[in-house]
Amino acid sequence: MKKYKWLVPTLYIIFLMLPIYWLINMSFKTTTEIINTYSLWPQKFTTENYVKIFTDSTWYMGYINSITYTVFNTVISVAAALPAAYAFSRYKFVGDKHLFFWLLTNRMAPPAVFALPFFQFYSSVNLFDTHIAVALSHCLFNIPLAVWILEGFMSAVPKELDETAYVDGYSFGRFFFKIFLPTIAAGIGITMFFCFMFSWVELLLAKTLTATAAKPIAATMTRTASTSGYELGLLAAAGTLTIIPGAIVIYFVKNYIAKGFAMGRV
Amino acid sequence: MNKTINQKAWYFVIPVFVLVAFNAAIPLMTVVNYSFQETFGNNVFAWEGTRWFKQILLSERFHASLGRQFAFTFIILLIQIPLGIAIALTMPKKGWGVPVCLILMSMPLLIPWNVVGAMWNIFALPDIGFLGYSLNAMGFDYNFTQQPGDAWFTTILMDVWHWTSLVVLLSYAGLNSIQPAYYQAAEIDGASRWATFRYIELPKMKKVLTLAILLRFMDSFMIYTEPFVLTGGGPGNTTAFLSIDLVKMALGQFDLGPAAAMSLIYFFIVLLVCWVFYNLMMKNEAQS
Repeated sequence: MKKYKWLVPTLYIIFLMLPIYWLINMSFKTTTEIINTYSLWPQKFTTENYVKIFTDSTWYMGYINSITYTVFNTVISVAAALPAAYAFSRYKFVGDKHLFFWLLTNRMAPPAVFALPFFQFYSSVNLFDTHIAVALSHCLFNIPLAVWILEGFMSAVPKELDETAYVDGYSFGRFFFKIFLPTIAAGIGITMFFCFMFSWVELLLAKTLTATAAKPIAATMTRTASTSGYELGLLAAAGTLTIIPGAIVIYFVKNYIAKGFAMGRV
Repeated sequence: MNKTINQKAWYFVIPVFVLVAFNAAIPLMTVVNYSFQETFGNNVFAWEGTRWFKQILLSERFHASLGRQFAFTFIILLIQIPLGIAIALTMPKKGWGVPVCLILMSMPLLIPWNVVGAMWNIFALPDIGFLGYSLNAMGFDYNFTQQPGDAWFTTILMDVWHWTSLVVLLSYAGLNSIQPAYYQAAEIDGASRWATFRYIELPKMKKVLTLAILLRFMDSFMIYTEPFVLTGGGPGNTTAFLSIDLVKMALGQFDLGPAAAMSLIYFFIVLLVCWVFYNLMMKNEAQS
């Protein structure tokens, strides 16, 4: 029984990799080959789909747009959440518990509910079709998440650290930036990972709030269906490329992922 | 931790409060406005009272999509939670297998949701997709674009593929926090594998599992992009879950009043269930 234990995760990983393999397989085929033949690997290996994406600005700009608003959002979310998480972890104040739950309710709000009002709201303040509009709208679910994760990490730091620093004559600002932030660096990294992840995968709001100038790659992909029939090869290549940023980010935080989840706050 | 009372802490919370309020309160008020009014375009509104709420609550369409939503959420929880625990229990605890498992298993979580839908669409196509082709070759009459049963099967399989890893990672983290001394004690007592799981591992995982159920409930209840790309809610309306139905009503037919009323009812249901979970979780945290 114990000898065959490795089978379960192995089979699971194979199950996870199959659709991804199929996508990569398709991305190296021509559209005619995809439609006419069924084959487990490309018969006529081609990179023309990738060449097209990297040379056509409507395609590669989609990636730049997606990465831009994702990075904006990650920076805004973490910067705003740091002081708030500190306040929640260290102090009691009027309405703290209610505020904390109210923040979490926004993580629970279905984006579909907000799609239309967001469109009208951001249009009325002239931010429609900008990166910053998408970045701000993603704050709706990423800030509560960031506060929640960071609060967990900060509460694990004993309060004596703060008190010793004040006794040593540190001002609050110097203590916060020189001592406290380095102490929870791993927590900040994990928070940034999750903010990046949720902003990167979200499409409904990103698509609703953009037209051309800030259009995310995922929305550009829906274009293949309308213009010249189904360009499956191109679609597959674009899809494959969207996996890469995530894979890079995972690689960097792999040692912290399990720890981040162990806080029980994702 | 004993916290000091300090009202000035509010200053620290202001940026978060403003950003989230800006994003949540203003749009939410718009929804509330619509839900009580009839619009004729050009910003002309007429007061409708609770008419839209009554209409939605009594409409068969809403009952049907709500029913589908609960069925979907219930099924995926029933599959993902036990499966996630089983995989976490069998994962390697040290060595090269750990990073390999963690990286490969996190992959589905970082793929944009519509790419997940598109990927599964071409994976399941009966003529050129690996899954569809294989099933048909094995003698099953499988076509997810035409048969409701197959569409459900594919949507559920896709969600299992997409999100089981989250349960795995959470459970794995929970298991890792158990001190080796507990296992040694169990061994000395001659506890069976099942008894070890039931009395040591499961109680220790209670906190992360509550969170896993909460997250999976929330996210599956809001699911939109993946089934929209995979099946478009079809065939017919058989996989039109709440969000899909809502967007159809709001942006497709521009029935703003009923759509807004539906949004609020929808949000209220999610909030209610999550509030129950949140209290359970905080109670757990207070105990430990």
